[in-house]
Amino acid sequence: MIIYIPTPLRPYAGGKDAVEVDALTIAQALEALTAAHPDLRKHLFTTEGKLRAFVNLYLNDEDVRYLPAKEATAVSASDTLSIIPSIAGGD
Amino acid sequence: MGILHLTRAVYDEIRAHGEQTYPHECCGALLGKSTEEGWSVTAAVPAGNTRTDSAHNRYQIAPFELVKIERDARRQGLGFAGFYHSHPDHPAQWSQTDFAEAHWLGCSYVITEVAQGKAAVTNAFLLAGATEEDKRFEQETILVEDLPIGADPN
Repeated sequence: MIIYIPTPLRPYAGGKDAVEVDALTIAQALEALTAAHPDLRKHLFTTEGKLRAFVNLYLNDEDVRYLPAKEATAVSASDTLSIIPSIAGGD
Repeated sequence: MGILHLTRAVYDEIRAHGEQTYPHECCGALLGKSTEEGWSVTAAVPAGNTRTDSAHNRYQIAPFELVKIERDARRQGLGFAGFYHSHPDHPAQWSQTDFAEAHWLGCSYVITEVAQGKAAVTNAFLLAGATEEDKRFEQETILVEDLPIGADPN
């Protein structure tokens, strides 16, 4: 599957905007991504190994948080995973 | 101080967006290309503010809207240079909320003060730093240009 890398994380993914990985689940895909690009790990995960709260994951058009199996959801080679940090603020 | 290059059209659009949504905050994405002279922003994409509970002083862009904007940007060969929002009747300076919620390292956060419905000061702040733990905002100079960097004037 293809994982799309957002602008701020590209320097830690060899400058790539997309990385192709072999995986059976979303969790495996993230593991493969961070194994290939270890510097990404601290940007995506807390020191406890949990996905950072501001990191949104979309499997195709679906928010992974709302999938029944969440990161254990099965994926196929034709799926895409988008990593999108949140955007918010205010005065 | 770093420089953020905006085309005249982008600069005018983001300020007009702030006036349109006043007294609520507007928000959107800035798309462009990374150049040796910094980001050259060639398109502003307005987004909806999902903070309808407190739209006068908070903004949030739905993540899936960001996904769709990114897909369109990718097709155009553009990337996220940053984001913009307005501060209705509040200075164009980043707030603690802006800082706490800023996670796009290396991107620019552009803020326009909209005073009594009219766009006033527009400032840009680069989210600098290598990690979430050492991030900081650094003010940038906004250069407004008629044409994007490298464009053929003819």
